[in-house]
Amino acid sequence: MVDKAAEGAQGATFEMEIERGKIYELATAIKADHPAYFAASPVAPPTFLTTTFFWEERVPGANPWALVKMDQRRGMHAEQEYEFFGPPPRAGDKLTCRSTITRVFEKAGKRGGQMTFVVMETDFVDATGRLVARAKMTGVETAPTTEAT
Amino acid sequence: MKPWGEWREGDALEANHLGEVTRTDVVRYQGASGDMNPIHHDEPFARAAGFDAPLVVGMFQAGALCAWAAGIFGPEAVRRSRVRWQARVWPGDRLVLSGKVTKRYDDAGEDRLDVELFCHKDDGELCVTAWMTFARAPLA
Repeated sequence: MVDKAAEGAQGATFEMEIERGKIYELATAIKADHPAYFAASPVAPPTFLTTTFFWEERVPGANPWALVKMDQRRGMHAEQEYEFFGPPPRAGDKLTCRSTITRVFEKAGKRGGQMTFVVMETDFVDATGRLVARAKMTGVETAPTTEAT
Repeated sequence: MKPWGEWREGDALEANHLGEVTRTDVVRYQGASGDMNPIHHDEPFARAAGFDAPLVVGMFQAGALCAWAAGIFGPEAVRRSRVRWQARVWPGDRLVLSGKVTKRYDDAGEDRLDVELFCHKDDGELCVTAWMTFARAPLA
C-alpha cells in the first residue's frame, strides 16, 4: 500500500558513467540497428538512462522508490519519460544523478476503486553543472480486489 | 529513407515488424538494463504471481519503439520520449511498430518534429503508445 508520506522524499546523489559497452549491449537488446549506437563514441539510445539500476544499487539511499511501499502485486509501471536538454548523452559522459518522489495522487479507476499514482523524477547533471536529462517514472497501484465476505 | 527536411505533419512511418518476442530477448534485455525483476524470467515465480508465463519487461518494447523512431529521425536529435503502457506483452507475441509525424515547428531557433508512435501485437492489440520530440538546428 502506497505511503503518501513518501511525497517529497529525495534520494542520495549517485554517479553514472555513460559507457560504450553498455550502449552497445542495450542497443542490441532493444533491436536498435542505427550505426550511431555502435560507433567509437556512441550516443545513448532514447531509453538508455534506465540503466541507472546498476549505479544506484550500491549507493545506500539513492533510490527513494523503496519509501513508496507500493504493493508489487497491484503495482505497475504506467508511464516513463526521458527529456533531454540538448543531444542525449554519449559514451564518456559522467553524470551526477538524484531522484525525488515528486508526486503522490489518487484517481478513480475506470472499473471503480481508487488508483494511486506515484511520480519519481531523476535529474542528470554533467561535470559543468548543466542539467542534461530528466527521467520521470509514473507507477500506479490499483485498488485491492474487493471480495464479498 | 526520407531526409529530415522532407517530413511533414501527418506523414506516416513505414511499419516495422519486430517479429516474435522470445524469452531470450527478455533475458538479454534484463541483463542489459539491470532490471532483474524475476517476474520477467522466472516461470514458477510468474505463475505464483498469477500469470501463465513470465511477462515481457515493458521497457523492452518501449525501448525498441523509441530507438526505432530515433533511427529514422536521428539518434542525436532526440529531445524527449514519453511512453505509456496499455497492455501486457508475453513471450511469443509478435510486435509491430508504427507511427506518424504530428507536428513540425520552430522552437527557439530549432527545427522540431513531434511524433506519435505505437506498438501493437499482430492481432491488433495496442501495447504501447509513445510521444517523441526530435530537434535539429535549421540549415543556414
